[in-house]
Amino acid sequence: MSADGALPAAPRAVEAAVIGAGPAGASAAVVLAEAGCDVLVIDEAPRPGGRIWCAPPPALDGGRPSAEAAAGDSLRDPLGDRLAASRAALLADTVVWSVGRIEGAPGGAAGGAPGGAAPEDARPRFRIDVLTPEGPVAVVARSLLVAIGTTERVIPFPGWTTPGVVGLAATTQLLKNQGMAPGRRVAVAGAGPLLASVAAGVLETGAEVAAVADIAGPGDWLAALPALAREPRRAARGAARGAGWWMACLRRGVRPAFRTGVVAAEGGDRLEAVVLGPVDRAGAPVAGAPTRRVACDALAVGHGLAPATEITRLMRARHVFDRDLGGWYPRTDHQGRTTVPGLYVAGDAAGVRGAAFATLAGAGTGLAMARDLAAAGAPPPAPAREGPVWRAMSRLTRQRPAMSAAISPQTVVCRCEGVTRAEIDAAVDDGAHDINQLKHFTRCGMGPCQGRICGDVAAELLALRLADGMADIDAARRRVGQWTGRSPLRPVPLDAMIGAFTYDDIPVPDPAPL
Amino acid sequence: MSAGHDPAAPAGRVDAVIVGGGIHGCTLALFLARGGMSVALVERGPLCREASGTNAGTLTMQMTRVALIPYALAGHAMWANARAWLGHDVGTVVCDGLSLAFTQREAEILTYRAGRRCEAGAPIELISPAQARTIEPGLSTHPILAAHCPVDGYASAYQTGRAYRRALLEAGVTLYEGLAASDIEPASGGHAVRLADGRRIVGTRLALCGGVWLEPMLGWLGVHLPIKVLVNQVAVTERMPPVMRTVIGIASGLLSLKQFANGSVVIGGGWQGIGDRERGGEALRPEALVGNVRLACHAIPAMRSGRLVRAWAGLEAETADAMPAVGPVPGVDNAFVCGSVHSGYTSGLYIARLLAERMLGREPALPLFPIDRLLDRGPGTAAAAE
Repeated sequence: MSADGALPAAPRAVEAAVIGAGPAGASAAVVLAEAGCDVLVIDEAPRPGGRIWCAPPPALDGGRPSAEAAAGDSLRDPLGDRLAASRAALLADTVVWSVGRIEGAPGGAAGGAPGGAAPEDARPRFRIDVLTPEGPVAVVARSLLVAIGTTERVIPFPGWTTPGVVGLAATTQLLKNQGMAPGRRVAVAGAGPLLASVAAGVLETGAEVAAVADIAGPGDWLAALPALAREPRRAARGAARGAGWWMACLRRGVRPAFRTGVVAAEGGDRLEAVVLGPVDRAGAPVAGAPTRRVACDALAVGHGLAPATEITRLMRARHVFDRDLGGWYPRTDHQGRTTVPGLYVAGDAAGVRGAAFATLAGAGTGLAMARDLAAAGAPPPAPAREGPVWRAMSRLTRQRPAMSAAISPQTVVCRCEGVTRAEIDAAVDDGAHDINQLKHFTRCGMGPCQGRICGDVAAELLALRLADGMADIDAARRRVGQWTGRSPLRPVPLDAMIGAFTYDDIPVPDPAPL
Repeated sequence: MSAGHDPAAPAGRVDAVIVGGGIHGCTLALFLARGGMSVALVERGPLCREASGTNAGTLTMQMTRVALIPYALAGHAMWANARAWLGHDVGTVVCDGLSLAFTQREAEILTYRAGRRCEAGAPIELISPAQARTIEPGLSTHPILAAHCPVDGYASAYQTGRAYRRALLEAGVTLYEGLAASDIEPASGGHAVRLADGRRIVGTRLALCGGVWLEPMLGWLGVHLPIKVLVNQVAVTERMPPVMRTVIGIASGLLSLKQFANGSVVIGGGWQGIGDRERGGEALRPEALVGNVRLACHAIPAMRSGRLVRAWAGLEAETADAMPAVGPVPGVDNAFVCGSVHSGYTSGLYIARLLAERMLGREPALPLFPIDRLLDRGPGTAAAAE
């Protein structure tokens, strides 16, 4: 390639690359750097902290710091020290579009039990292609940590693609990053602790909360109590924050409606109202029950978080399915080693357990990576132990099969390609029995999001049709499988990808036989 | 399908058992069934999900080998009329095709190749860049010569599995999907295909249509036919406003470019990714992807404003002389092979249909491509007509 072409002549080589600068990735990078490893952290955001400790842009940074922002600073500061000492470098504002194993690299193909890197072989294993604000860059690394967190799950309902309907977790980004609510009068719906957090956050911006609808009932929250009681300190911290959010809501007269779901979102070009109605224990709408229409200009709705698996699927790591931890995630050992030698996963991308666990797990995985790289300064790793609290909280937002079962035939499931539930059912009638066959039959998952948004629901709809009773639903999900991982990981502007070039820069292969 | 309690018991006895459910195996099964035979089709995954479902879908004379032009013309007509004979839509679009030359050397290659293909019956003519831009207003100013062919176009490869599945069931073909064949053994008056679950299907006739897996399949019959595995990269953009209305290639044959009705542009041409017979198309070479996309944007500059949303690699089978392996298996009665048709999407349907004629005891309209040449005299010899 030419010097002024899109691809630099030589890729940037590091010992360890970390994708994602959230709690898991940043913690791991700090540990790796302290152990003397040459580490590069890559993140889409301009500053480290990830989604959970999402930093406001510098211009908005003068406000009072929230607890999340303070925790983010404590992570960002050591990472900043490493940057200054050239130990850990950060590629911020950078989109990873391709991750691949280097052909002939040590370690062999994926498969078998999770295992670490062979320390004696110093050749790079992985190539990571990224788009930085300055242009495309290729990075090669011996060891790679994927700490890319989660994708928000929304179970479709009529009108869910109406402008003004936004994700619950997405709303937290808006609140933290920009200090703004998605509308002037916001309905909040879905499942899990984010409901209270978002409702309180919306009120804090001065906007109105039109309603809070929780799929769960008080009984579901109480069911988490035994787990909480086993870890009283951790539970108390979480409960105190949750209570604070609810107190803020109650002071303004906002009460949660339990066992309530969104029946429909109404409006054409812009959301005008949501229709709320009761749901049963399984999350399904109660047929014939009275509904209520709530006028609003925004709906923040989310039904849990799923581990982001696009990179580990692309790398063909082995994945497992556990509904309580968000669905599919890569199989790892206690130090985050996947079934692909040299590839590690930490944080919510390895099963949703929340930010506190991600911080611990990231540090543990960082140590394991350092030791596997035979870094001189690496102490023996102590495995992060999964606490029951995290699993109990994650379970509150698990994907409920009854909710997908209740999706009406004309409701769009794949919003990129406009594929309805009826079209998915017709594909099953035509013999589609795995998720990738469904993709070919319907274009479901072929759009710009590559099925990140619809995948969990499309797979659940297939599984509901193919399962031998509800007891078989998780086994059916495993049979239905996951989307095949594909590059690019995010849509890539062709202009940025190819840069300036002349025809001589294109390595046109030899002619095909005539 | 009743297997009884004995796993070794035949799952069924049919006139013909086909192993491999790509467009070759599916077309063969369909025409055998319509010809009156009872047919079983065995496919280890879903139908048309390997090369037949992952290629760029180009239907063109300008990437077809000269000796295959008559087959490709007939195959193109079949694709164009798929709704009529298959009964289901595979998204075929017939449009103009342009092959471009950007350098003097490419102009020489294009002149020679267009001439040879024209002699073989392809309606290709050389045109000036200005004429090319009247046919394709989206074209850049870089080409110095173009070859135009009105018999061109594309199918939606991903739609073929569903269409064939319906057609095969309507024709009464018994499908064994998601079941790999693990071996073939002689059975009284035929061949027994052993399935992964232990069942056996006995066919009076056997046809192997396994693409790049033909080499191990023929090994079951004691025949060694080396099959090279190409790992072709394909990429697709998000939906864009119209940027082109033709299929674009280049003189060397290493580009295929077209915009589908939904606005997405598919970029192919056989740039090599990473993979093999065991792993499939495992990964892309980012530098090859960039090269392929640069070539595309060199031809159609408006593509630069688009975004790439998905790319993948699919396997293509190639024999030592890059000519098809289609005909009887030497030394094995009533066993046939069908595959390795170079750039074979255009002609593959027709070539499989010819083999169906032969298996039905009729004389095919055009010669097959027996594999004796590849077994006896080794690589590099010209294709021998049957």
